Amino acid sequence: MHEMALCEGIIGIVEDEARKRSFSKVKVVCLEIGVLSHVAPEAMQFCFEAVAARTIARGAKLEIIETPGTAWCMACSTSVEIKQRYEPCPSCGSHQLQVTGGEEMRVRELEVD
Amino acid sequence: MCTVCGCSDGKTSIEHAHDHHHGHDGHHHDHDHAHDGHHHHHHHGDHHGPGHDHVPADAGLLDRGANPAGQTIAGLSSDRIIQVERDILGKNDSLAAANRARFRADEVLAFNLVSSPGAGKTSLLVRAVSELKDSFPVGVIEGDQQTSNDAERIRATGVAAIQVNTGKGCHLDAAMVGEAYDRLPWLNGGLLFIENVGNLVCPAAFDLGEACKIVVFSTTEGEDKPLKYPDMFAASSLMLINKIDLAPVLDFDLARTVEYARRVNPKIEVLTVSARTGEGFSAFYAWIRRRWAKLKQTEMVAQG
Repeated sequence: MHEMALCEGIIGIVEDEARKRSFSKVKVVCLEIGVLSHVAPEAMQFCFEAVAARTIARGAKLEIIETPGTAWCMACSTSVEIKQRYEPCPSCGSHQLQVTGGEEMRVRELEVD
Repeated sequence: MCTVCGCSDGKTSIEHAHDHHHGHDGHHHDHDHAHDGHHHHHHHGDHHGPGHDHVPADAGLLDRGANPAGQTIAGLSSDRIIQVERDILGKNDSLAAANRARFRADEVLAFNLVSSPGAGKTSLLVRAVSELKDSFPVGVIEGDQQTSNDAERIRATGVAAIQVNTGKGCHLDAAMVGEAYDRLPWLNGGLLFIENVGNLVCPAAFDLGEACKIVVFSTTEGEDKPLKYPDMFAASSLMLINKIDLAPVLDFDLARTVEYARRVNPKIEVLTVSARTGEGFSAFYAWIRRRWAKLKQTEMVAQG
């Protein structure tokens, strides 16, 4: 369950921002998670609640924006959208794909008080 | 994700009608699996659409659109939006970069070995370090949830090994590897093998500072494992197919395995080995020597 470790990373970022930008309550934590990243959003929701419990982010809502997976098809030289790593190129069927996006795991913004 | 059965209506799709009647300790929720592959994780209204324009859910409370830089608007609310844009794994990644710099300074070539439990990582390492130790300084960092059994097996060959017990943790992280590296003897110009926790999921996300990941896959695992656990095969540079001596009795289809692995990672290199018989190890050592020569070359170029 590496989502637990990822949530600890999120809380670390939130606490760091709180020190830098002086806020004491976090209402919403907004994440940007690529569909090809190493995260199950449901696991993230579950872990976040547990990890946030005794921190400045206690009770904060976690919003997850999923960003699409994109890849460069080396066979037909086009940028295509994929939902899974093993998917073939939707236009030519080749598996010669180089993933170019959708691996992000970022804290995008915070709604704070 | 449900911690009882591992189901998730996000990345995991489950091919059965699904009611949860088991108790979820500490949380109570209803699973309503749509199973349509469409992901919605907005538990807070859907104002963060793809365009992300901060249209307020309740216009009377907060004008998010006019407030992107984090100022508060008097009389409305003290809430504010702070743009953060930071990688969740940023801390691990910076520690991994520090490890990588240390390995470079020591001219050490580091490999991160990953696999499911029982693929034979430790047996493979026991053979490899015994046969490489006369040519290179060699050190091993062993990751397991519990016990020092693996490090003891390595030490029995005369090679230095540090065991990291992750407790409940499912992967090694860069901080653990940095600490373990401190405790190893100086590997000047040598090889460092990091044996990760047996787990084909979590270690994929955590950079340890290694030169590359090596995924160990065994013939007993089923040819479609690269498709089932694509992240790890995508993150690895080399797939070592272990227990190749068992292939005939298992009707193992090597070509299909390689084809599946290359669907996920067209660039992955593949070698077949048997940690039991030693078959294929000379090709593995040749691969290591090529990587080592490349590292030396890069360093000579860097030093001018």
